[in-house]
Amino acid sequence: MMQKDIKRLSLYLLFAPFAMWITLLIILPHLGMFYISMREKVAPRVYEFGFDNYINFFNEPIYWNTLLRTGSMSLLVTVLALLLGFPIAYYIAKIAGNRTRGALFLMCLIPLWVSDLIRAFGWILLLRETGIISSSLQWAGLINTPIEFLYNDATVIVGLVYTVILFMIVPLVSTLDGMDDAMIEAGYNLGGNGPTVLRRIIIPYAMPGIVSGCIVVFMLTAGSYLTPILLGGKNSSWFTEQIYDQFITRYNWESGAAFGFVLLAFTSLVIWIGLKLSGQTLNSTVARS
Amino acid sequence: MQSTTENDLECIEIKKHFGSVRAVDDVSFDIPKGSFFSILGPSGCGKTTLMRMIAGFEQPNSGDIRIKGKSVIGTPPNRRNVKMVFQHLALFPMMNVYENIAYGLRCAGASKDVIRTKVHDVLARISLPDVANREISQLSGGQKQRIAIARCMVLDPDVLLLDEPLGALDLKLREAMKIELKLLQHQFDTTFVYITHDQSEALVMSDHVAIMDKGKFVQIGTPQELYHKPKAAFVAGFVGDTNRWAGRVTRVEDGAVEVETEAGLTMRGSVRGAGAPSVGDAVHVFVRPEFIKAEKSGADAQKIDAGHNVIEGKIDSILFNGANSRVLVRGRAGELIEADVVLTGGTEDLKPKDDVTLSWSAEQTMSFKV
Repeated sequence: MMQKDIKRLSLYLLFAPFAMWITLLIILPHLGMFYISMREKVAPRVYEFGFDNYINFFNEPIYWNTLLRTGSMSLLVTVLALLLGFPIAYYIAKIAGNRTRGALFLMCLIPLWVSDLIRAFGWILLLRETGIISSSLQWAGLINTPIEFLYNDATVIVGLVYTVILFMIVPLVSTLDGMDDAMIEAGYNLGGNGPTVLRRIIIPYAMPGIVSGCIVVFMLTAGSYLTPILLGGKNSSWFTEQIYDQFITRYNWESGAAFGFVLLAFTSLVIWIGLKLSGQTLNSTVARS
Repeated sequence: MQSTTENDLECIEIKKHFGSVRAVDDVSFDIPKGSFFSILGPSGCGKTTLMRMIAGFEQPNSGDIRIKGKSVIGTPPNRRNVKMVFQHLALFPMMNVYENIAYGLRCAGASKDVIRTKVHDVLARISLPDVANREISQLSGGQKQRIAIARCMVLDPDVLLLDEPLGALDLKLREAMKIELKLLQHQFDTTFVYITHDQSEALVMSDHVAIMDKGKFVQIGTPQELYHKPKAAFVAGFVGDTNRWAGRVTRVEDGAVEVETEAGLTMRGSVRGAGAPSVGDAVHVFVRPEFIKAEKSGADAQKIDAGHNVIEGKIDSILFNGANSRVLVRGRAGELIEADVVLTGGTEDLKPKDDVTLSWSAEQTMSFKV
């Protein structure tokens, strides 16, 4: 009997940090936010309960346009991260030798040791009007006047891909690593050429990793704030910026909270569609890697 | 070169080295159409490298590989009509059985109807007609094995390579699969090249076996030849169980030698392999347990033929294994000798500590010059 109680107690103790984390930092704040988002301000310090904040969002084109723009750019970033990350992951998992593999993986990780902010400023140093790229192009005589590379969509996308690509590479490496080399050889042996083996064997096998990488990358990108603001400036029109504005600049917490939930619902919807289209489930992808 | 068309696979003086390691060293052989050929050797002898060269995953440094008389050096693996059953089968887990078998046909550009007929046809031939829609994870070990073979055979290959495919199976299934593989080979009438380190697999299934050691073929022959007429000490020691002694020649008389082993046993033996030993030469002596007769001492001693080697000893232990039972006998010189015996379970059976007389003919005492 005693033994059983101790066992149960240790189980509770082990579970406690996780439960506290989930309730205190995830569930409670979200409940609070949801409560705030449902309050309509009718007069100073007078509130009514209703969907007004959400309705406002859909009535103002600038809001949902920003959301769609954020969503489509995040999708583009995800696709680019996949296209760039897959060959890197394949090289690390299948082609590189055991020793180079560790070194390469480490090299992918090193940028993470520097904070997001510093890395964004690094990009600014390179890309601004008086920055390294512009001045070296001038020095080489390729351009006459300095060029501002910052504050456009392409820069934002490059910066975002750079920030998130690691989260694509890691799940891809772990799935590709689990693939028996003989399977690729069997693909060739049975008559497949390079593209066929890639399309019919390697990609289907890596699908769980691809989907889980895409989910993480899409979530991170759509919810990122620092990189779009610093590299895109005021015209980046990122949806997180709208949320920030509502909370801080306009001190309209009700509407900010509603925007937050709209973003959550939107990204969840995109991921759900992605899972349906790829025929995967959350269980088979994110939970596995 | 008329005869070349008769052979499905020919390898001519193939060499392959990795750095300074000679993985395959000057190997030549040819395999006639429709036969079951095994390459048997200890792990690390280069047999897998040889197979990978035939499949096209490695290129030999020199030499030629011909399939149906045509050189395939420089032909990529997907253009060679050589299919391979991998050690861990390498079935595609994201496809079901039907898709696994259809994959190769799709690569070859077959039409949907042709694919459907061929897949169902090959499934019927391996007697698994109803598994087409199963996932790979739903199959048993033996079924996976057969699907892996069907996936290759549906493409009608000139040569089927099998890389120790039975290694992962448990003993009972392995025994059953040995017979099944042999039957499948007869049924498809295709040349099988089977790689293994398990001599019983090679002996049971093959028409011809090549014994490989340190990158070279030591001997090629039928299982019977390899077992009864080994040409080298390595073959005698590797194929089948055997008693083995190291010793020196004390007397030579046409084809027969008298050897004194390091433990002090004296026995007469027949000279095998290359090189005639002379007095004082070091030799290895091999006697298979089934040729040694073990009888209780003093019983019928007079029956023993004159030319036989005779040793008195005491039974150390009995290794009961049904029909393959064996006794370990400690001779006067202190060495252990294995002999096959029949144990019926009756009172006449040999028991530990019994004194026994061991006898075997000089003909079965295979002596190789070191």
